[in-house]
This record gives sequence, C-alpha cells and structure tokens, in this order.
Amino acid sequence: MRPGFLKVALLVLKKDLAIEFKSREIAYTTLFFAVACVMIFSFAFVKEEGVPVEGAAAGILWIAVAFSGTLALSRTFERERYSETLRALLLAPASRPAVYAGKLLGMILMMVATEVVLTPMVAFFFHAPFFARPLLLASLLGLGTIGFASVGTLFAAMLVRTRTRDVLLPILLYPVTIPVIIAGVRGTAALLQTPPEEPVATLWIGLLTAFDVVFLTLALWTFEPLMTE
Amino acid sequence: MMKKIFLPLALVTAAMFAYAPFAINNVPLESTMLLVQKIFYFHFATWMALTAVIAVCGVSSLIYLFKGSRAADWYAVASAELVVVFGVFGLFSGSLWGRKAWGVWWQWDARVTMATMLVLVFLGYLMVRKYGGPGSEKLAAAMGIFGAATAPFVYKSVDWWRTIHPQTSVVRTLGDKFPAAWNLVLYCSAAFLLLAYLLLAARVRLEAMRSELDRMYLAAED
Repeated sequence: MRPGFLKVALLVLKKDLAIEFKSREIAYTTLFFAVACVMIFSFAFVKEEGVPVEGAAAGILWIAVAFSGTLALSRTFERERYSETLRALLLAPASRPAVYAGKLLGMILMMVATEVVLTPMVAFFFHAPFFARPLLLASLLGLGTIGFASVGTLFAAMLVRTRTRDVLLPILLYPVTIPVIIAGVRGTAALLQTPPEEPVATLWIGLLTAFDVVFLTLALWTFEPLMTE
Repeated sequence: MMKKIFLPLALVTAAMFAYAPFAINNVPLESTMLLVQKIFYFHFATWMALTAVIAVCGVSSLIYLFKGSRAADWYAVASAELVVVFGVFGLFSGSLWGRKAWGVWWQWDARVTMATMLVLVFLGYLMVRKYGGPGSEKLAAAMGIFGAATAPFVYKSVDWWRTIHPQTSVVRTLGDKFPAAWNLVLYCSAAFLLLAYLLLAARVRLEAMRSELDRMYLAAED
C-alpha cells in the first residue's frame, strides 16, 4: 500500500530538516549571502548624507529574499544530486507530487527562517517602518515566498539532470517569478507609506494568492512528467 | 494540405499588408491623440498575434509533456520563437508610441514591465533548449507552460494597477465609439494572425524535416 500524500510530504520534510540540522550549511550560507546583498544595496541606495533613498527598503528586502532563495534552491538540490539520492527518492513507492510537496515545505521553511532575520535587519538599516502592520507584511512575505518557492523547487528539481543547472536556474526562475516579486515589492512599498496604504497592500495580497494558486497547481500537475526520464 | 494552401495564403497576407498603410491613412484621426494614435492598428495587432502564439506554445508544451508527441514539440519551439519575434516588435512599436504619447521611450508601467518579462520567459525557453543539453525539450516545456499561465495576468494587469497604459476596456468599447477604427483593428489583427500562422507552419515544417533527416542519418549508419 502506498503511504498517504501528507505522510510522504512530511517524511521528505523531516529528512531534509534532519540533514540541515546536522550541518546547518544552507541556513548559514543563505543568511550570510542575504546580509551581504543588503550591504551591497546600501552602497547603491544610500545618499552621501547617509540617508537611504525613500522607498528603497521594500525592493532591497525582496531582492535579498529572491537571491538568497535561489542560492538555497541550488544547494538543496545539489545535495540530492550528490550520490543520486534524488533518484532514490523518486524510485520510492510514493506519489511524486507528495515528494515535491515535501521538498517545497523544506524550501519555504528555509526562506522564512532567512526572512525572520532579514526583515528586522532591513528595517533597522534603512529606517523602514516594516512593523506598522505586521500581519499584512507577514502575509505578503509568506505568500510571496510560497509563489517563489513553488516555481523554484520545480525548476531546481528538473534542472538537476542538466550540466548547466547553476546558470539556467536564475535564467528560468526570475522571469517566471517576476510577477510575484513585483507584487511583493509594491505591496511592501504601500505599507511603508505614512500612513500605510492598507487597501493597496490588500490588493497585492489578493494577486499574490492568485499567483500562488496558479503556480502551485501547475507545479503539482507537471512534476510527475517532468521528473520522468 | 498545408503545402497547397501555403502559397495562396501567403499571397493573401502580402496583399493585406500592402493595403494596410492605405487603410490606416484613410481612417479618420482620433480626437485626442491625432496622428500618433495610428500606430495603434499595428501595435494592437502584434499583441493579438503574440497572444495566439503563446496559446499555441502553452498547449503544445502541455501535450508534449504529457503525451510525448514529437509534433507537439515542433509546434512548441516554433511558437516560442514567434513569441520573441512578435514580443520584440510589440515592445518596439509601444516604445515609439510611448515617446509621442507619454514623452518617454520607456515607462516602467505595469503592463510594459509584465510584457517584457513575458518575452524574457520565452527567451529563457529558447536558452534552455540551446544550452540545456539532452532532455532539455522537457525542461523547455515547463517554461512554455508557466509562461502561458502568466500571460492572462499581463493582459489584466492594466485593469488592476494604477498605470499609464490604456485599459482593456478601450478596445472592448471601440466598436461603439469609433466603428471605422474598430474595423481597421480587426483587419490588421487578421493580417498579423495570418502572418503568425504562415511563419508557424513554415517553422514547424523545417523542424519536421530536421527530425526526418536525423532519422535518415541514423538509419544510414545502421
């Protein structure tokens, strides 16, 4: 009997977390890379008097999230490629979409962990009132992360077989996820206004939800044929 | 069948494109934008053709991915190339229009940004095919499906966001407000759709011949 969808997904997640807890490699490198991104942006967006350009914080936060997310994606699947564990995972008597869901949950957790550190840091460095509407900001970040990670996990998984995966992942991932990043940046920028423009942020949250539904459905649907050689 | 109607269709399309400048010249000026608005007839028609080839690419990518049909893959690659061609032409005509109507060559407007991204997705499609190595057709198919899935968002983007690009309602209500322009838009769209069809057919035939040649090489080696 094949185990249920949720059980498989949670087992894959548990496996990924166990490996990660042992070395903490992806967590540390991703976080360090995100911090380095923010530092590099400070050179571009801070004027000579030491004042950051108005409204730059939203873009900096999202680009740091997207860049570090890409790094985490390629590292996670590099690990699976090593000693062919991805093939073993796909050979397991479990439904393929469940394996995808497990990998996706792991990615989302990883990205959220980075965001938890990154958001206060960007708020601190760029004088951004991120926490005026914490719930709205959390929904924007959460939905944006789901959208980015859902496409990212699928693409990173299917690129494992190719030789040029490191180059192809960003080339494929960014154009497809630009709508998610636009929605995230614009929504966050609306929250940074004084007073925060809640209706605008809510509109973007709605759009992000629509993107997530489309991307997740497509990814779950196409994962099986894409991973079949 | 395709071979027989290709030449007559090509002649019809050529005649339609030859007549189009005269028709555009004859249609009355639009009341606010005057002469500048005339680029609309080709600009809109380009994006109509682009929508059609995106739909072809999305559907044939799905068929290729789930059924593994070689012919579907030929249609997918042919239409992806056409998306890039029409997309670049559409962005170019939009840029010319924007220079006169908005005063800038490039505006970071929601519709313009999303449309550029859409062209980038299909450039990515072509890159995967070129540099992805063996089995890259499948990876490209995923790009085609996701690209086609974001296309409706690009279309609706102008209605949702505060933007400078005209909304979709402009075209929908054009038939009542300005019948002469509406008829001409339909005419130009038909010409561009025919052109897209001809290019697609020619490109698919090339792809089919290539695959036949490969098969013959393999057969000769055995």
